[in-house]
Amino acid sequence: MYMQGKYPIIAKKAIAKGMYDFTVLCPEVVKEAQAGQFVQIAAEGFFLRRPISICDIDKDKGTLRLVFEVRGKGTDKISELNIGSNIDMIAPLGKGFKFLEGKKAICIGGGIGTPPMLGIAKLYGKNAKAISGFRNAGIAILQEDFKAAGCETILCTDDGSAGMKGFVTDALKAEIAKEKPDIIYACGPMVMLKGVASIAQENGIECQVSLEQRMACGVGACLVCVCRTVKDGKEIFSHVCKDGPVFDSEEVAFDG
Amino acid sequence: MADLRVSVAGVEFKNPVIPASGCFGYGREYEQFYPLSKLGGISVKGTTRYERMGNPGPRVAETPSGMLNSVGLQNGGVEKFLSYELPNLKTKGTRIIANIAGSSVEESGELAAMLNGSGVDMIELNISCPNVRQGGAAFGTDCVIAGQVTKAVRDATDIPLMVKLSPNVTSITDIAKSVEANGADAVSLINTLLGMRIDIKTRRPILKNNVGGLSGPAVFPVAVRMVWQVANAVKIPVVGMGGIASAEDAVEMMMAGASAIQVGAAIFSDPFTPVKIVDGLEKWCDENGVECLSDIIGTVQPW
Repeated sequence: MYMQGKYPIIAKKAIAKGMYDFTVLCPEVVKEAQAGQFVQIAAEGFFLRRPISICDIDKDKGTLRLVFEVRGKGTDKISELNIGSNIDMIAPLGKGFKFLEGKKAICIGGGIGTPPMLGIAKLYGKNAKAISGFRNAGIAILQEDFKAAGCETILCTDDGSAGMKGFVTDALKAEIAKEKPDIIYACGPMVMLKGVASIAQENGIECQVSLEQRMACGVGACLVCVCRTVKDGKEIFSHVCKDGPVFDSEEVAFDG
Repeated sequence: MADLRVSVAGVEFKNPVIPASGCFGYGREYEQFYPLSKLGGISVKGTTRYERMGNPGPRVAETPSGMLNSVGLQNGGVEKFLSYELPNLKTKGTRIIANIAGSSVEESGELAAMLNGSGVDMIELNISCPNVRQGGAAFGTDCVIAGQVTKAVRDATDIPLMVKLSPNVTSITDIAKSVEANGADAVSLINTLLGMRIDIKTRRPILKNNVGGLSGPAVFPVAVRMVWQVANAVKIPVVGMGGIASAEDAVEMMMAGASAIQVGAAIFSDPFTPVKIVDGLEKWCDENGVECLSDIIGTVQPW
């Protein structure tokens, strides 16, 4: 069920250069929201809403946590909102991650693809390992949150300024060699998702990826946010907002 | 309470507000926000003879007060519309406008014939999609072909026929007169204006299709001007669209000569835009002593 409303921001933090962490009080949205879903936020003075992934859901407090990066003028405008002001949101949108009760998961986030991993990792708690990759230590966000959720964290940076130097795909291979998870979740750049999906496939592990695309309506009506997927052996255009953003990695045509 | 009813080509609408084709799917998504019965009608997603994949992404680029799109008529084809979408839509208590787009003159007629007896209230013949190679704007930018396509559809069906016009022409009134002469019962305008955005970092167009159709409030004054010109050039009713985002915009468009209005891209900013316009029109009529909204159609007094 889609909802639109103006909801108060009850906490705001700048967590890294150009990265913001909002907590929004929206009990009716929270009631239906699932890890992996997203919201569409209005940016004052801009025509289209900005899709932002749900980072965390607090069912008790009725709050959503939204962690986003300023990518352009629209997200910059959203970042100017302060505690006490209202955020105009359509939510909850899209299909979230599948949760396998009692199983083991590896959650992989690349850069600003990391926030949606927190919500799903939390459901697994100590049964999840969170592999996060960033360009450098300065933008290595959410590591304490994964730890607080009970997850083992593996941090990778491109320059080695924090955690291990290297890519999340290297860390994933090493972790699989130690212990094979039941499912892998990933969000980040397409090239990273492609690498993760192929490792998952080689090892016969189920894998879900969260995609992004330029969007307009956010609800599945306008059909602009296409991604290439495979259905019954045939390549088709699916829509990130309604068919996704979470897809089984086997459905996605990464080379499309 | 004012009477918001309007009539277009013999079809009565409970109010003049119709979500525009391509901006509202088949209503399934927006029904989660409000009952579709609040709307005068729905112009469904452009429907073709066979399923179409549409264009590769990105298909959207934001612009000042608007957006470009290059969807390229992605849809499940007319058979899926008839078997899956239409039976659902018929239960919603609103007028159904079947927007159709053929890839040839013959196919346009064939499409229209397939709608005979289906119960759709009106056909909106799309001869103006800027994002497809066959048909689309190639039909809508040539008076002779526009007339031929209109005639092929007219000969194939008795369903009230509205033809959706492209603004990407030298003289939209000439196209309007041609489709009128070939049997159109109404015209709707404007479809999107062809535009382009470039990412200056990559020196690549934002749209994978390079170019796309501009819509949103940015195009509103162009739409008002064209509706006014066409309404003064033809005898058949005009349905106005292009950048309408408020009840005041709708009033303006009707004063320019529109018998009803369609709302498109504004729905993406605010899904409630169409129902806010319906409520706003009622309020505007009450505040301005207008008993019948249809009385304002074409009442602009030009200098």
